[in-house]
Amino acid sequence: MASPTTEPAEPGQVGRRRFLTYLVAAPTLTVATKLTADAVAPARAEAVVPTLPQPAEILDLGDVLTLSCAPTAGMLVLELTADGRARLQLPRAEVGQGITTATAMLVAEELDLPLDRVDVVLSDARTELLFNQLTGGSNTMRSLYDPVRATAATARARMVAAAGAQWGTDASRLSTRDGAVWAPDGRSASYGVLAGPAARSGLSVGAIRPKDESAHTLVGTPTSRKDARAMVTGRQVYTLDLDVPGANPVMVRRPPTINGAVTKVHNEAAVRAMPGIIDIAVVKTGVAVMAETFGQALDGKNALDVTWGPGTVDGENDETIKKKLRAAALPFVVPPLLTQYVDGEFDFAFASHAPMESNSAVADVREDSATIWAGLKSPIVAKQTIARELGLPENKVTVHVQQGGGSFGRRLFFDAALEAAHISKAMKKPVRLMWSRIDDMRHGRGRAASYHRIRATFALGQVLTFEHRVASVETDWSHGLGEILTAFAAKLPVGGNLSFAQTVFLLTVKSPYNFGVTTQLLNEVPLKFHTSAWRSVYSANTRGAEEIMVDEIAKKLGKDPVQFRREFIKEQRQRAVLDKVAELGEWGKKLPAGFAQGIAVHGEYKSYTACLVELDARDPKYPRVTKATIAVDVGKPVNPRGIQAQMLGGLTDAISTTLTAGLHIDKGLPLEGSYSQFHYARQKNSPTDVTVHVMPATGADIGGAGELGLPAPVGAIANAYARATGIKPRSFPITFPVDFDPFPR
Amino acid sequence: MPNYTFVVNGKTVTVDAPADLPMLWALRDKLKVRGPKYGCGINVCKACTSHLDGEAFNPCVTPVSECAGKEVTTIEGLADGDELHPVQEAWLEQDVAQCGYCQPGQIMAAVALLKKTKNPTDADIDAIQNVCRCGTYFRIREAIKSAAAKMA
Repeated sequence: MASPTTEPAEPGQVGRRRFLTYLVAAPTLTVATKLTADAVAPARAEAVVPTLPQPAEILDLGDVLTLSCAPTAGMLVLELTADGRARLQLPRAEVGQGITTATAMLVAEELDLPLDRVDVVLSDARTELLFNQLTGGSNTMRSLYDPVRATAATARARMVAAAGAQWGTDASRLSTRDGAVWAPDGRSASYGVLAGPAARSGLSVGAIRPKDESAHTLVGTPTSRKDARAMVTGRQVYTLDLDVPGANPVMVRRPPTINGAVTKVHNEAAVRAMPGIIDIAVVKTGVAVMAETFGQALDGKNALDVTWGPGTVDGENDETIKKKLRAAALPFVVPPLLTQYVDGEFDFAFASHAPMESNSAVADVREDSATIWAGLKSPIVAKQTIARELGLPENKVTVHVQQGGGSFGRRLFFDAALEAAHISKAMKKPVRLMWSRIDDMRHGRGRAASYHRIRATFALGQVLTFEHRVASVETDWSHGLGEILTAFAAKLPVGGNLSFAQTVFLLTVKSPYNFGVTTQLLNEVPLKFHTSAWRSVYSANTRGAEEIMVDEIAKKLGKDPVQFRREFIKEQRQRAVLDKVAELGEWGKKLPAGFAQGIAVHGEYKSYTACLVELDARDPKYPRVTKATIAVDVGKPVNPRGIQAQMLGGLTDAISTTLTAGLHIDKGLPLEGSYSQFHYARQKNSPTDVTVHVMPATGADIGGAGELGLPAPVGAIANAYARATGIKPRSFPITFPVDFDPFPR
Repeated sequence: MPNYTFVVNGKTVTVDAPADLPMLWALRDKLKVRGPKYGCGINVCKACTSHLDGEAFNPCVTPVSECAGKEVTTIEGLADGDELHPVQEAWLEQDVAQCGYCQPGQIMAAVALLKKTKNPTDADIDAIQNVCRCGTYFRIREAIKSAAAKMA
């Protein structure tokens, strides 16, 4: 139960003083994870060949993450202050996905407190939370929905109990509204006034139960971001907007190939003499230059004359990688002897995460302590690693999590924070480290290139087998997820000698169709590029390619793509979102020559989506998605407006990576070095008509939304392209010339 | 080092900087005006978009010496005290921002567009090149149209 602590009140001091801090020892709600296959028993269409439940349908990655959070779920910190505000310390990273707003809504709902009196701040790294401070897998609302409600319900119950004790009224006769407790006779006491008495340890509190979901008035309503005003006025603070005393700008000269190391710096003295240069230090990752301004640090780093040792992938280019991927794809099991079949092969290029805020961190490392500020999705592992590498005890390292300017998987890794710590130690000064965009794109992380081979066999109008073999350049999972998987290995519905990557693949990728015997397998090529899970991890490419094949199977069977999907989809909720987009997007409507519709579905994170696009491919080299209709079912939409935003982001990611955005690799380095070369979509590439329909709550478990929106539009755009041009799309991005002069290395 | 005097958001300031220092770093590092963001440094992402004598400009490629004697407006100077510019209001209405990092530049680009083109077409809006990596483009488009209607 709750163990409130009271700070001694000083007369007349209110405002930011915290009168009551809850550290709920155990949430009243336990997180129930369905471990049986019953939950996914498919509503089978007649006569289709059913597919057995796949691992991800039994227990998906989000379930594992939620399980890993359960032991510490009761360690959330919610404070109530004397000025009548609530302040939740969120052990996650906000990078644009809207979780600070969504969790604030949960607190406001449960406390009957206006949303503008709820603050959500990002927790510093808290090692005692073990696995419960990793932001990934679209899992924040899945893992925190119940614990945040339980914690806020505890606070509300204590407010009611405190008011009841003051008035001599039974708590059951009291109600809460507008940040106050109300008695039947109209008396009221604000939470600000009650915050002190509610913290008394002797207080008798009745049963604590979060509100029934049917009583929610704020949760489930479209709500704007709490930080929107700060963002539109330029007051939102990102890592490099912090003013840490004495921390000067630092940039790093990096090697000409990935993971190359410094052999010799030839002109250090000359660069030190340049205007504004303060210090230079060689670190593992390159040569750090500190200056009065970033402009001067950049000039300094560019002026350095450095000899470099070899990197880890110096001999690699697009062709060598393609060859290795093809060789690594596991063989099909089913020979296409007695049945009809379709085969397809697909290539997806590397893709930069390219968040607008480039890799950055502030670090102040002293003899016996270190303080770090950065946008971090795995701050505990960051803290442990930094402590180890600096030779400091963990409790002497403080890691502040800053709101990030985008992530898309990038900030799972803390390489900037670690590098800044090393530079600060070497220079013996606090540092503000910023990666140049060119470095961010070439030496930062990206989605690994992948190759896909798919075969479906069919007879008598039924799909009998569906095999998908994925070969991918190794994705780095060393940010803490691997430890979670190891800790929960016994609970995973997969066995055998699987790598972390193969485990993640099997816990995330599933086919939504009854296609008979279905196998989806990943094999990795161990090439040491800088990679990280990219929004939707394996699913964008894997499911995207599958949705292309679904259209091609339908065509072979002479069926309409929507009719075919309706017939073979396993689950009613998946079918419902398909029907919704077909209706809202007017599937089958007549379009001028060169235009076409395309449709696809995706299910993951206990959520379902479908996307219908219209594509103008009159110029097949430069097609444009002109309209998109998306339907999304997350079981329990907390903030429909935020969910729509995430789906819009997924759509834009799909437009980009399907049509134009990728990295070419040449001699161990990406050629692309900025947004003029890595062609992420701009306004002129985005549709002028977008509808995102959020399905109402179904009573089902809450599903994830952050990464859900990407795979379906990948398939839909590619399918529209095929229908508009008659060209089968096989290599992505579809338009991918080296249409620029690469920056010098 | 030479001194350059100019007006930032209504305030006259003087900075001591080399002539070729990009204005972005004069603003961010010397004056601590942190609304304009670094995204590329070569005028292709446009995250730093601000106004110079009322026209959109990109401080990441504009030397500080070129701003001497001129009037610079950054996102911080767009609102009139607590009263937001109609474009900022429209951004709130459409809940445009996700990570928010590019939005100061997007807003300053939109304000510059609406100054010249009262009732922009989709093609006019397409001409804005600012990158939004969160992919909020459709909401940006809707916000610009909504602001145009309000400002008419």
